Amino acid sequence: MTEHLLNVENLTVEFKSSGSTMKAVNGVNLQLNKKETLGIVGESGSGKSVTATALMRLIPSPPGKITDGHIYFNGRDLLQLSEKDMRNVRGNDMSMIFQDPITSLNPVLTVGNQIVEVIRAHEKISKKDAATKAVEMLKMVGIPEPEKRLKMYPHEFSGGMRQRVMIAIALACNPKLLIADEPTTALDVTVQAQILDLMKKLQQEHDTAIIMITHDLGVVWELCDKVNVMYAGRTVESTTTRQLYDNALHPYTWGLLESQITMGTQEQERLPAIPGSPPDLTMPHSGCHFASRCPLATEICHHTAPELVEVQSNHFVACHLQSKEQIVERKEGIFNAAK
Amino acid sequence: MQQNREPILKVSNLKKHFPIKSSIPFKKATQFVKAVDGVSFDLYKGETLGIVGESGCGKSTVARLINQLITPTEGKVEFNGVDLASLKTADIRSARKSIQMVFQNPYASLDPRKTIEYLIAEPLAIHGIGDDASRKKRVVDLLETVGLSAYHAKRHPHEFSGGQRQRINIARALALNPAIVVCDEPVSALDVSVQAQVINLLKDLQRDFGLTYIFISHDLNVVNYMCDRIAVMYLGKVVEIGTYQEIYGNPQHPYTQALLSAIPKENPFDAKERIILSGDVPSPVNPPSGCAFHKRCRFAMEQCAQIQPMLDTVTDTHQVSCHLFRVNSL
Ligand SMILES: Nc1ncnc2c1ncn2[C@@H]1O[C@H](COP(=O)(O)OP(=O)(O)OP(=O)(O)O)[C@@H](O)[C@H]1O
Ligand SMILES: Nc1ncnc2c1ncn2[C@@H]1O[C@H](COP(=O)(O)OP(=O)(O)OP(=O)(O)O)[C@@H](O)[C@H]1O
Ligand code: SF4
Ligand SMILES: [Mg+2]
Ligand SMILES: [Mg+2]
Repeated sequence: MTEHLLNVENLTVEFKSSGSTMKAVNGVNLQLNKKETLGIVGESGSGKSVTATALMRLIPSPPGKITDGHIYFNGRDLLQLSEKDMRNVRGNDMSMIFQDPITSLNPVLTVGNQIVEVIRAHEKISKKDAATKAVEMLKMVGIPEPEKRLKMYPHEFSGGMRQRVMIAIALACNPKLLIADEPTTALDVTVQAQILDLMKKLQQEHDTAIIMITHDLGVVWELCDKVNVMYAGRTVESTTTRQLYDNALHPYTWGLLESQITMGTQEQERLPAIPGSPPDLTMPHSGCHFASRCPLATEICHHTAPELVEVQSNHFVACHLQSKEQIVERKEGIFNAAK
Repeated sequence: MQQNREPILKVSNLKKHFPIKSSIPFKKATQFVKAVDGVSFDLYKGETLGIVGESGCGKSTVARLINQLITPTEGKVEFNGVDLASLKTADIRSARKSIQMVFQNPYASLDPRKTIEYLIAEPLAIHGIGDDASRKKRVVDLLETVGLSAYHAKRHPHEFSGGQRQRINIARALALNPAIVVCDEPVSALDVSVQAQVINLLKDLQRDFGLTYIFISHDLNVVNYMCDRIAVMYLGKVVEIGTYQEIYGNPQHPYTQALLSAIPKENPFDAKERIILSGDVPSPVNPPSGCAFHKRCRFAMEQCAQIQPMLDTVTDTHQVSCHLFRVNSL
């Protein structure tokens, strides 16, 4: 077996609050090689950001805790490292673009100060050189007149500009692994295209592996080699991007593909949306987490949890409908006009 | 049909120039970020007007000006014929009630220490509407309106997913029975299935309560689905405005054309032909002379660098500011 750059086994993260415990991430496995891009998609609240934050070992504790699993990065289990060593890994080998640029930028420091601080944290250069580099970085992410912008505070930036500042900071150290949590949600199509191109370029130059968390399937198709679909803390489907596009197998994934709004959508009165909401993860739960919303659920779905099984070569799915022996093909319209 | 009606909201020559603080203390600012620089449009009752445009072009600033969260440098916003700036404190309050906002970021806009009940009742309390008991009842009604339940009232924001939090934001915006809701990227942080739920909800509420929306989004597919009319902004100005059929079917401004060409194709694995915008993004501190888009425009002519184009009429409902249109229609 080849050594992966990142090999995550059975990652489990729990949050405790007022007497109850919830499993936000429940036994997730991930493998990633250098230069590869893995997409993570899934319902709001399914544990995408918690997974990413756990990889960085930045889960706020309390209330959170990684209760099980291994995170092998370059062969070392990150969960065994001292905080000091981990800080080194974060500064140099892994970096993350956080989902929420407002809370991850310090409101009382100028944007320039914050970038300079990050640059100097892992590169021994003078303040002046770091400032020059900061200007370069803002230019790279398409922010006009960066010299003036460096003196401004985060609240003086637009939503999309703040997001680009975060991207610039994360790319500054040429990480081996870049975790990008919804990095382009606040960006318009033209700026988004520019940022994705920038990420691809850096990936080429530095063999960077990327984990791309996004709800924009367009970004997945364009950037990712393979995809993990998450639902209620678990991986429900995992395969190559092309395979997911042509031949998705999990009903939740079908719903996701169907809910997409495209140019043709205007004719319809209502958008197809998956009815209902995900289960309360503080409650013990036996069957498939998607069963209560799944139009194809049968008896067994409500009391036995399906395992993630490789039903076709390199195509994993956790659904009782699907097995090596028998595949149920995607039915379009099963979520249609559901209210 | 819209033309014979009085607009519910009229925005005229609206400007917001933010001063850039000088590094020398107490020295007056000499430079400004011209975030919004002469925006005009009408909004009609019951319609949805979309605002699209590049990141940083001033969309959120327009929203904040309309909501009176900031005061304009120039120009005015009239609600039902009344200039909002001319109002006395008491009237400002009631006008504020009528125009509500759903913010860009569902994560940051809810105070994590407060319960959902508190957060939704807060606008009612601020405006002194009802007593404790009636507010509680109203909260339950609102929760149900947005597809949540009474038992959610005692919970805190972190116990909700992104989509649910955006529903809470919408419930909060509806608490005061507004006439207009300005939605700033209301679904961009949500996954597609939740997006669909929230959009269906916004459409239902519009139908049931006759709401008028301003809908800011960078997702052109969503805008196409949601909006009756669309305003395209570039560097603080509206460069094109029209019905969604006109903007998508017959875009006149080269920037609008470039924007539309970037919409992902139905089959993403087909090669696509994008109009790549070359050249640096211009700065709202020193906007280019003439047409602000001329340095990145495929069609730029000599006059584009010198003369600022005015809004020209394409049809009754469609306007564009581009010299090319004027040249071609001569
Ligand atoms: N600090 C925290 N304390 C308590 N619960 C938390 C905390 N952070 C996350 N959670 C919970 O963990 C679950 C997973 O959250 P997560 O942020 O990973 O979702 P997500 O998949 O990233 O969703 P989205 O698409 O909305 O960003 C949610 O139910 C959330 O409420
Ligand atoms: N308080 C402020 N002080 C100084 N400049 C500001 C302030 N608020 C906004 N700006 C500037 O105004 C311009 C327009 O910002 P705005 O937030 O309106 O853009 P936007 O179109 O909403 O962009 P996005 O799509 O990225 O959210 C930007 O250049 C921004 O930096
Ligand atoms: S005015 Fe000129 S530069 Fe501006 S968009 Fe039209 S053709 Fe291009
Ligand atoms: Mg997230
Ligand atoms: Mg904005």
